[in-house]
Amino acid sequence: MKDYSGVWVYAEHDGNAISRSTLEIMGKGRELASRLGVELSVVLFGYGVSDLVETLIEYGADNVYVSDDERLKYYKTLNYAKLLTELIRRHRPEIVLFAASYKGRDLAPRVAASLRTGLTANCIDLDIGDFEDREKGERFEKILYQIVPAYGGNVVATIITPYHRPQIATVRPGNFQVPEKFPGKGKVFQINFGSEDWDDDVEVLEVERDEEDSKLEKARVIVGVGVGARGSEGVKILKRLAEALGGTLGATRPVVDAGLLPHECMIGETGKVVRPELYLACGISGAAHHMIGVRGAKVIIAINKDPKSPICEAADYIVIGDIFEVVPKLLEKLGKHGDAL
Amino acid sequence: MKQVTEMNIIVLIKQVPDPREYVRIREDGTLDREKTRGLINDCDKSALEAALRLKERYGCRVTAISMGPPKAEDALREALAMGIDDAVLISDRRARGSDTLATSYVLYKAIEKLGKFDLIICGAESSDGGTAQVGPELAEFLGIPQATFVEDFEVEGNHILLRRRMDGGHEKLRLAMPALITVLKEINKPRTTTFSGILRAMNMPISIWSLEDIGAEVDKVGLSGSPTKIMKIEKVNLRRRKILIEGDNVEEKVNNLLRILREEGVLSEVV
Ligand SMILES: Cc1cc2nc3c(=O)[nH]c(=O)nc-3n(C[C@H](O)[C@H](O)[C@H](O)COP(=O)(O)OP(=O)(O)OC[C@H]3O[C@@H](n4cnc5c(N)ncnc54)[C@H](O)[C@@H]3O)c2cc1C
Ligand SMILES: Nc1ncnc2c1ncn2[C@@H]1O[C@H](COP(=O)(O)O)[C@@H](O)[C@H]1O
Repeated sequence: MKDYSGVWVYAEHDGNAISRSTLEIMGKGRELASRLGVELSVVLFGYGVSDLVETLIEYGADNVYVSDDERLKYYKTLNYAKLLTELIRRHRPEIVLFAASYKGRDLAPRVAASLRTGLTANCIDLDIGDFEDREKGERFEKILYQIVPAYGGNVVATIITPYHRPQIATVRPGNFQVPEKFPGKGKVFQINFGSEDWDDDVEVLEVERDEEDSKLEKARVIVGVGVGARGSEGVKILKRLAEALGGTLGATRPVVDAGLLPHECMIGETGKVVRPELYLACGISGAAHHMIGVRGAKVIIAINKDPKSPICEAADYIVIGDIFEVVPKLLEKLGKHGDAL
Repeated sequence: MKQVTEMNIIVLIKQVPDPREYVRIREDGTLDREKTRGLINDCDKSALEAALRLKERYGCRVTAISMGPPKAEDALREALAMGIDDAVLISDRRARGSDTLATSYVLYKAIEKLGKFDLIICGAESSDGGTAQVGPELAEFLGIPQATFVEDFEVEGNHILLRRRMDGGHEKLRLAMPALITVLKEINKPRTTTFSGILRAMNMPISIWSLEDIGAEVDKVGLSGSPTKIMKIEKVNLRRRKILIEGDNVEEKVNNLLRILREEGVLSEVV
């Protein structure tokens, strides 16, 4: 196990830019690497992606393993998994991190199973620490703590992979801030692979893009819509509030389940993780399932008519009141200020 | 080219606790599922429905497999009532606490024992584990192609054409069989069981296999055979400053709220 060293991040991109979730994970990866006293390496696969190497170095990559090949133009599970597994076998990193995106969650389990090692899904935090296995009398130093929300309510579990390497995890987008630029050593390694490695069981027929996706992740202000909004009338005034504050709408699960807002708006354990400057929770009771998605918000303000609802513990500021009275008043005043500008 | 009518489809179903019920967490961090009511995981039901629709159109054979405690038999019984042909339960105390690698290893050994298949359909993710890992890990053990988070698919000769969810949009793929797909619950609306279906299912056998039956190595399953371990479980601290915004009426509260928004710097760009 001692001969495994280094923190790796698998880089995602859309062909033009490195994805935000990759940069977030690199920030955390950098931190883990320096606590372990090892290098941060990033793996970049694709076609016409050489320009993106620079971004990776700016954000802290000591090494970039890049494979820029026409055959990698489309993401194909088997080929990508084979290449990456091979690379991991050769270089033996101790930690490999993926975004818990659709792609990351497609690829990581393939790689982990091929290497017969563990994989922890949807981490909301990562840390380095020790572990003592009393049963077996083994001690582990500086292993990866993989922190995930656990089923059953207000709990998080720390998962470890003590006896296998590498330690692999997928990380929920939105949990870490995009770091300041902090250039790494920036050594670049070109990876080539032979045609015998190639698989053609999958053909990509079409790629559709609906760009809307990342509005919530980028928003500075999010107005959260809860069951208290009581249907489309409430959604309408909260939408006006979001617009007045230069923000966008998020929602709890029952609101999405009722079809009041699209699935992309859902925040929480099974929805998105966001970190706006302001989260304004309107008619939301504050279930841990939901609040775990807004932990990273700088300020949380709740408007709720029930002073005993759990959100009153989990907010920075609380307005006790009916959203159908408070929000129109707020809009009126924001409107006045707006006119004055 | 193989006839679609000869196709063998395997559906993987997991019994999960009713999400509306309280689940106790054991000392070792695993869930105590004994006392809760078990349901078929949402998207596994959609996986069953997708397989049954193929069966109705082409007459293929559908087998459901589940790994779990003895009472997971209920889930398989329900699948039989929905209309599948065969049901297999892998139930072995030593498999308790298996992580996704250990689970997919066991399912792999069971599928090997079954022998032939053309298509494996899993749910995209389970509502209790929620990892979405078992499908792809199993596909890796079997060495077959996969497509995850599938929203729509059809069979065309030896291939399946499908539409899957992808970051920032969707993708359409053509996949050579044998293959494994994982489906989202949005893919269809699963049928409910009928009275005659339930009657039929009552008399159908469910194979119950142990680790020996499938030739699985004991040291690769269960808590001790799983690479990942639960080290600890803690309450999340979600508590914040909890400052009450005062005011005798709505007007005052809103004025105070605006002042705080300005102080916190979140309003500077708007007002
Ligand atoms: C496995 C699992 C995963 C889950 N994942 C998620 C998830 O990812 N995201 C998520 O959001 N939920 C999730 N949930 C559901 C979650 O547990 C809660 O049920 C949900 O978040 C509650 O939504 P809510 O606060 O909008 O509704 P409620 O709990 O019904 O709260 C409504 C609140 O509105 C207040 N209110 C009512 N009328 C007014 C009014 N006129 N003015 C002001 N206040 C008013 C009430 O006082 C109350 O506090 C999950 C549940 C399970 C079991
Ligand atoms: N114990 C199990 N028995 C049968 N199928 C399972 C089991 N666990 C997971 N699966 C399948 O794998 C899918 C993903 O599960 P998970 O990786 O737990 O999110 C589920 O929707 C099932 O189709």
